[in-house]
Amino acid sequence: MPEITIDGRRVTVREQTSVAAAILQAGVSSFRRSVTGEPRAALCGMGICYECRVTIDGEPHALSCQTLCVDGMVVETT
Amino acid sequence: MDDSEAQFALTRLSRELWMELSPDLPRSVEYEACGTLWVAADEEEMREVRRKQEFYASRGVSTQILDALQLREAEPNLRDGLAGALLVNQDSVVYPPCAAVELIARSGATVLRARSVGIESQKVMLANGESLEAGVIINAAGIHAGALMPSVSVPIAPRKGHLLITDRYPGFVRHQLVELGYLKSAHSTTGSSVAFNVQPRRTGQLLIGSSRQFGVNSPDIDAPMMARMLRRATDFMPGIARLSAIRSWTGVRAATPDKLPLIGPCPGLPHAFIAAGHEGLGITTSLGTARILTDHIVGKTPPIPLSPYLPDRHA
Repeated sequence: MPEITIDGRRVTVREQTSVAAAILQAGVSSFRRSVTGEPRAALCGMGICYECRVTIDGEPHALSCQTLCVDGMVVETT
Repeated sequence: MDDSEAQFALTRLSRELWMELSPDLPRSVEYEACGTLWVAADEEEMREVRRKQEFYASRGVSTQILDALQLREAEPNLRDGLAGALLVNQDSVVYPPCAAVELIARSGATVLRARSVGIESQKVMLANGESLEAGVIINAAGIHAGALMPSVSVPIAPRKGHLLITDRYPGFVRHQLVELGYLKSAHSTTGSSVAFNVQPRRTGQLLIGSSRQFGVNSPDIDAPMMARMLRRATDFMPGIARLSAIRSWTGVRAATPDKLPLIGPCPGLPHAFIAAGHEGLGITTSLGTARILTDHIVGKTPPIPLSPYLPDRHA
């Protein structure tokens, strides 16, 4: 089972878990901040709304709902 | 800014007026005193950097020359091997739509939305058949200025440009960046050209340009031209290739044969004035244009002479 890091915390998830699901399982509710600082989280879950963007392995604005967890992955929310 | 003495004079006046306004502009205007870096790729362009510095210094504008190492520290995402840059500290960027809304609100003007189809002395004809009368009329219709006044010679040609804006990447770029080769692109009066030009917005978004095309009337994105423009951007800043773009669009600059705007009375049309043809400097020089034209109309001496910009200078 892949082990990933979310905001510095190690989390183990089942195979084929999306990063968005892993973030929610870890109890994090704010994936990112809007221009005016409001919290945002996964909404559509199918790669359309872009609300679920997080930084994955240093790459900003990655779609967490369209990315599967890979062992050693580092995820940062804001 | 320093194409000619007249362009420099109007730009400097306008920059001072923007600086006066800046302390109480609302956040929406996104006034950002990020400064401009004119980036030199090689030693030949560094000579141009030094020429530019002397030109500015002798006219009271202080700038700073950065060597290759200082440029790397100032903008870590620029590629290796660039020669240096000229930093124009007090240059700023604004978000033009909100700046326009703010300036209109401050003026107390009544805004009417209608399509005008013609200007006569003291009369504007509208598409719906109505007309508006006024003691003074200023034609500020950009590339459409000439069509509103068929009897007046208005030497303005459309010059198409592409722009692209990215998602938010705060800190990726810190200054407005312009390649010195931009001058070659902006100066050529025929054909098409691209130049590296990036502006950071307060949101962390990057506005990426620039392209110039004459004789193209379609507002569509020209994919090969956009590709050329972005290749130029990634030549200078390879990391741009990994950023997400959220929107791209085109616009048309109003270009004149001598690169100076047309500001002043319309020949042969009493009480009508023109303020158009600013090419790529329209936002920057809007305030200076308004000041010198207003002073001229009300009979005051403008802070800089109007003569280089008079619409009938080409006659």
